[in-house]
Amino acid sequence: MLPTPDLSHLTQKDYEHVYEPAEDTFILLDALEKDAGVLQELKPRLCLEVGSGSGCVSAFLGKILGKADALYLCTDINLHATQSTLKTGEQNDVPLNPVLASLTRPLTARLHHAVDILIFNPPYVPTTTIEAVGAQAGRDIQGSWAGGNDGMQVTNELLESVESLLSPQGLFYLVAVKQNNIPKISHHMLERYGLISEVVLQRRAGREHLHILKFMHLWHDSHLLRVV
Amino acid sequence: MVRLITHNLLACHAKGCTTNNFPLAFRDVQLENREAEYNPEFLKGFMPKIEWNALVSTARELGDVSLPAECPEPGTETDEFLHALHHVLMEIHVEEGSMVCPNCQHVYRISNGIPNMLLAEHEIK
Repeated sequence: MLPTPDLSHLTQKDYEHVYEPAEDTFILLDALEKDAGVLQELKPRLCLEVGSGSGCVSAFLGKILGKADALYLCTDINLHATQSTLKTGEQNDVPLNPVLASLTRPLTARLHHAVDILIFNPPYVPTTTIEAVGAQAGRDIQGSWAGGNDGMQVTNELLESVESLLSPQGLFYLVAVKQNNIPKISHHMLERYGLISEVVLQRRAGREHLHILKFMHLWHDSHLLRVV
Repeated sequence: MVRLITHNLLACHAKGCTTNNFPLAFRDVQLENREAEYNPEFLKGFMPKIEWNALVSTARELGDVSLPAECPEPGTETDEFLHALHHVLMEIHVEEGSMVCPNCQHVYRISNGIPNMLLAEHEIK
């Protein structure tokens, strides 16, 4: 079992502005660890985490794949989060490359079908639309959880770019909760973009029924699914 | 940590700026060289994702002339070439400075090694 990345350099003061890893983070780590064999076999060269927060997930991915085997790009809309991501990379000897940006916007043009591993633990908590818009505009910790209508407001925006970002063999991992309507997400991604999906892990944590979804192109080597 | 590998993947995304918006031009930069682990397999695997002309011209602007103008064909990369590529992509860090869009002149600042690519609401496409 791979250890959780060392976050001892982050303090409660950091966690006033940056989402502190919690159950949703840990189930994502567990899903990546479960898929470690598949991920290593894929030999991904470009990994992109959207909304990297503390940087815990990308640091963990770097431990699975090797620090010099891939480029680890991380975006976040929150300056504190990008700073924490940078520090977490240094602390764990995985070079993380944070970019202060909303979703993938400055990267979308250049990363057409170029992302081998895409990861998003979005703000998935259902809130009012206004609260979610305000949270994103505020560029602080609220933006890490306030998800608007069905908790899908921010996720939906990324979902429209996933197909164009993923490389032919690329994998996309998404954290979702039951209220996000997972069958609807899967159906939409298949019908609209030809991306198939599966639930890698699911777990109840308090009031949340957490899921880790994995998406890939329909033409993807089906053996990768079977290995899992 | 803005390395040239990251810079090669960033384009201007301001409203209406869709052509000639790459590569962003470095301005007033503070550079640092930091050694990174050399992995030729990674470099070869990553090369198809690189915009070669943009990489070469950017490296030259920063004073590194080690890369050839033409990208070698896959399978013909020499050790010398791969080491030069490794240094340019992975070891030159821009810690402070700006990146300017060649088209709309929008300025993106780099502070403490983090590029600020955020746009104000009215600047978004």
